[in-house]
Amino acid sequence: MLSYFSVAQFIRGNGGMSATKVLKVRVDRERCQGHARCFALAPELFELDQFGNGRERGDGSVPPALEHKAQLAQANCPELAVEIIEE
Amino acid sequence: MSTRPPSADWSTDFDHLDPRWAEDPYPIWDELRQKCPIAHTERFQGAYFPSRYEDVRAVAYDTEHFSSRRPVVREVRPPLIPAPPITSDPPEHRPAKQVLLPAFTPDEITRHEARTREICRELLARIGDRKRCDGAVEYAQEIPVRVIAHMLGVPEQDGNLFRKWIKEILEIGITDFDVLMRAQREMIAYFAEKIAARRADPGSDLIGYLVNVRVEDRPLTDDHINGTLRLLLIAGIDTTWSAIGSCLWHLAQHTDDRRRLTAEQGLMNSAVEEFLRAYAPVTMAREVVKETQIAGCTFKPGQMVLLSFPSANRDPAMFPDADRVILDRAQNRHAAFGLGIHRCVGSNLARMEIRVALTEWLARFPEFRLDPDARMTWSRGTVRGPRELPLLLGA
Repeated sequence: MLSYFSVAQFIRGNGGMSATKVLKVRVDRERCQGHARCFALAPELFELDQFGNGRERGDGSVPPALEHKAQLAQANCPELAVEIIEE
Repeated sequence: MSTRPPSADWSTDFDHLDPRWAEDPYPIWDELRQKCPIAHTERFQGAYFPSRYEDVRAVAYDTEHFSSRRPVVREVRPPLIPAPPITSDPPEHRPAKQVLLPAFTPDEITRHEARTREICRELLARIGDRKRCDGAVEYAQEIPVRVIAHMLGVPEQDGNLFRKWIKEILEIGITDFDVLMRAQREMIAYFAEKIAARRADPGSDLIGYLVNVRVEDRPLTDDHINGTLRLLLIAGIDTTWSAIGSCLWHLAQHTDDRRRLTAEQGLMNSAVEEFLRAYAPVTMAREVVKETQIAGCTFKPGQMVLLSFPSANRDPAMFPDADRVILDRAQNRHAAFGLGIHRCVGSNLARMEIRVALTEWLARFPEFRLDPDARMTWSRGTVRGPRELPLLLGA
């Protein structure tokens, strides 16, 4: 598991690659218990279903301006259900 | 209860009803995390106390060895009193929880925000221009009682009755079996009458919803609805009352945090999370149903586990500067609402109530402090929060 700080370093360290690499967020549906922290911190990237469980919006792509919010969402999920993937 | 022998050693004889534990448990938990991370006691017919975040998480996630059927550690083991979903284990847990979740999403909770704000303003108006008040009795405790009454569709004036039951079930009832059972019987009778009335005329409140809802094409039984309503009432009141009280207690003593929060409204959401971490009110329980080991400690069937989310939240291995309140803490995976399948169904409601209560309070009383000449008291047992919080209002 990447911590908040290691993800931040990773992103900074790869700043020059951002033209080719895309960050995506993904909510692990099995782990999610509906704390709804991701939605509170990054509503642009996450939504809730009818039970209040989180899921990524669309294909989960994170525009560069929202990378910080993606990290916040990951760093505040008590169930470790928010993943940040590089594609 | 004054005759309880004081705990001789927190590692082998802990007692969460000990006045020292009620007053200031944090140094006790710090010591346990370092010396004996999973404590045990022969009291309460045998119970364990995991103090570290990772061990609390391990127990919370392990529904095979740890049952939720008794959610409170008591002196004696009463007969099982189902209040689904908090007392449910898999596979019954999931449908019992799913049926409640749609009523407690952030969107649904937003519908109750205006009434919550009104309630806060009414209470503040009642305090008026006085220079002293009891922040726990006159403010914190009144808010969730009225909000949950509003949601369930029962009279707000029944609040005194609700608080009596809660004290009897969660505090006095830990050691007094007769009081516990009497309170349970009274609550069951109270809700049986409400359910019967909704069967005749459903209405749009939560009781009406539960009477009408179908799970796998079947309606819920009256017993199920009654248990769920008792859960919502108990869990919806003194938990949030305790959280709001602890926030005021902190802000009364920390001028910098108080002024910062008053000046920077954008800080409110992360501040609420940090208060929930530092002053998490709720400790749950599990019953060991199959022998297992966690961190080298053997958990024996028949014993209870005191599942302390408050202690997990103060674990420095998980939270740097765990004993400091940092209003803009960036990484905060606190467990105030539990971990795993029993995540508090009312977490979105509690967050809204705390946020609105603090915003309204600070708008009316940006300056306040503890009254040094009056006594402050904490609750004991399952839920921790101020029960008397004498404050001096104004600069």
